[in-house]
Amino acid sequence: MKTIMIVDDSRTVRESLKFFLKEGGYNVLEGSDGREALDILVNTEADLVITDVNMPNLDGLGLIEELRKSANHKFTPILVLTTESQQSIMEKGKSLGATGWIVKPFDSEKVLAVVKKVIGE
Amino acid sequence: MNQFKETFKEEAYELLGNLEDLLMEMEEHPEDPETIAAVFRSIHTIKGSASMFDYNGISGFTHSVESILDGVREGSMNVSKELIDLTLLSRDHITNMLNAEEDVTPEFQLVSEDIISKLNTLAGIKTEPLVPVSPSQVEDKKQKDTVFNTFRINFKPSPEIFMSGTNPLLLLKELKDFGECHVISHTSDIPSLDKYDPLSSYIRWEIVLVSDRNTDDIKDVFIFLDPSSVVEVSVVADWHDILNPGSGKKLGEILMEKGLIKREDLENVLDSRKKVGEVLVENGLVSSSDIKSALEEQHITKSLKQTMSDKSTTSIRVKSEKLDYLVDSVGELVTAQARLSQLALQFKQSSLISLAEQIERLTSDLRDNAMSLRMVPMGTTFSRFKRLVRDLSSSLDKRIQLVTLGGDTELDKNVIEKLNDPLVHIIRNSIDHGIEAPEDREKSGKPPCGTITLEADYSGANVILKIIDDGKGLDKNAIIRKAVEKGIVGPDSQLSDEEIFKLIFMPGFSTAAKVTNVSGRGVGMDVVKRQIDSLGGIISIESEQGMGTTFSLNLPLTLAIIEGLLVSISGEMYVFPLSSVQACIELTSREREDHGKKRMIEYRGSLIPYIRLREMFLDDSELPEREHIVIVQAENSLAGLVVDEVIGDHQTVIKNMGKLYKGLSYITGATILGDGSVAIILDVNRISALARKESL
Repeated sequence: MKTIMIVDDSRTVRESLKFFLKEGGYNVLEGSDGREALDILVNTEADLVITDVNMPNLDGLGLIEELRKSANHKFTPILVLTTESQQSIMEKGKSLGATGWIVKPFDSEKVLAVVKKVIGE
Repeated sequence: MNQFKETFKEEAYELLGNLEDLLMEMEEHPEDPETIAAVFRSIHTIKGSASMFDYNGISGFTHSVESILDGVREGSMNVSKELIDLTLLSRDHITNMLNAEEDVTPEFQLVSEDIISKLNTLAGIKTEPLVPVSPSQVEDKKQKDTVFNTFRINFKPSPEIFMSGTNPLLLLKELKDFGECHVISHTSDIPSLDKYDPLSSYIRWEIVLVSDRNTDDIKDVFIFLDPSSVVEVSVVADWHDILNPGSGKKLGEILMEKGLIKREDLENVLDSRKKVGEVLVENGLVSSSDIKSALEEQHITKSLKQTMSDKSTTSIRVKSEKLDYLVDSVGELVTAQARLSQLALQFKQSSLISLAEQIERLTSDLRDNAMSLRMVPMGTTFSRFKRLVRDLSSSLDKRIQLVTLGGDTELDKNVIEKLNDPLVHIIRNSIDHGIEAPEDREKSGKPPCGTITLEADYSGANVILKIIDDGKGLDKNAIIRKAVEKGIVGPDSQLSDEEIFKLIFMPGFSTAAKVTNVSGRGVGMDVVKRQIDSLGGIISIESEQGMGTTFSLNLPLTLAIIEGLLVSISGEMYVFPLSSVQACIELTSREREDHGKKRMIEYRGSLIPYIRLREMFLDDSELPEREHIVIVQAENSLAGLVVDEVIGDHQTVIKNMGKLYKGLSYITGATILGDGSVAIILDVNRISALARKESL
């Protein structure tokens, strides 16, 4: 079973993402900000990281940079949660090494389609 | 989605409470970037979640507030008392909207506009009318384009592609789902080992894809690709080109189109009267993989043209009995082949094994092919119901339209034939009891014209057929009353919605207060259920009072071959449909004695009844030391069937038993095994019902 790390400071987003992903047959880890996620990911393997951008302590873009510098997550796919209006964030994320993005608002179908796209089934 | 609505509300209240404190803090330290960012974040989070739960008023409003606060964050706007006042006002406004049942009302809209215009004035922005952010539109997936195009896709990932966590193979796989896909890898850029960097990508792919998708769909596959990777999508042959005779491109033309060679090069080569490809490679003008991919493209276009012209000219009519006979023989061939494979493994002779494997492959191709011959699209059946709906609705003075979706979904001809009666019955019921009279519909705020939707779609090896009406829905209380009246359930039984709806499948059940000549009397939904059961299908109901009712039929694609579990009882072979088998467990003689007369075993924490098939078949010889219990699921509950031995799974061709055996319960048919002997297929539903009855 593939493991996905969700990083978002909103509990609602985490809960709903977790629900969709579990339904989709994935194992889920959670972090409520970039720092917390990074602390977990240092010693943990994940097949995919889905991260929000705007978060306290360490934001999503910072997390991407840190993960790409780390030893075990150089190539781990990373999806950024953005809204339609944040075109510049998508580009910024991309240039830092993000794999793609999920545009909010999302539903189960959308999330699973994008996840399947980047890590397969 | 709704289960998270509460989480959202809870979190939103928390955030709003927090926001108040933050704004107070901001007033004291207006320059602190941390506080400003935190304020912005709270609004942003509320906006994001609100739009997911259709709080369109809140999400629209917070969106505007957020964009103004962004100015503060970026430093183009100062924190002032007015700003904090207005943000506090915004916070209260959001709280009010959250408290209200409906967040999009004219009153709220007015307040929103007022606050936004004040905020805008403060920021020095011209006011624009507030538009609520609408939830993402659901596209109609059923819309199908049947125009096939041939695309050439040139995909050269940048060397750094792995650094962004992208796996190019997954992209190729995604393309493969779009249609017929041929991938040619160009590996000429791979350097020698001493210069090879394992973290870089050197391969380039050329993909020729025949698909009914359009160029944008294909480009969407590569949406996440970094800008330095190259993706070019071009249409090499569209529908018209393919049908147009003599339109096939020559190798030289394809290479020129790709910009790999110039016209002069081609002319020079053509003069030399040798094979174009060979000469071009010899002269170092193109690489051999380029030639290979151009040839591939030529080949695909040609073969597509072939199939297209075949379609338009040759189709023959065959008597359906001939098809049935073919499917039957193929079915037996499948069984014989299974036996052969087994024998080959026993003999351990490699030449025999490889022959058996070859025959296995051929047989499975043949089987799929033969099955597909009997497949018919649902569309023709669907259109038959248009008339039914029209006539019945006008005789009842109702206005009803029939919408059909997925008419190109294919099902076995024999399944479709047997579906006709149950479908007529369900649709009649929906017209008669489901859809209300036009005046009643208008009173409850629905359009006067009701809609019945017939929808077919694939789901794995099954087809799901739905009959959806937007009528008044099933009346749960009326169903319970009726069931109690008829003595089907006790007056105090606690039933779930699902269990209540199931009651209408009980024999002799009819809730219509007035008996009309449309749905009539006597034949009830129990007959429908029995017919669907006999097809190996499952029927279920969803219904919401005032909103409508949906009947879902989950049907197997074909009746002819089933996956079965082969077992032996008293030296005879029997087959259970594998789809209803949950597990097989052992029953030792000790356990048997422990149970005594109580025929119950524990399985996954619950007690389930079991029945010994030996006894059912009146064999009173001595029981074997070890027996096996096959746990089956029927009618949503489990039962155990005791057999002597479990042999294994077995593809089974179902044969009818003939007229003489028509009255037999507990048997659905027979099948011929690889060695020519006969095995009986048992009716799991009936036997487990018997097991449950005896355990009471």
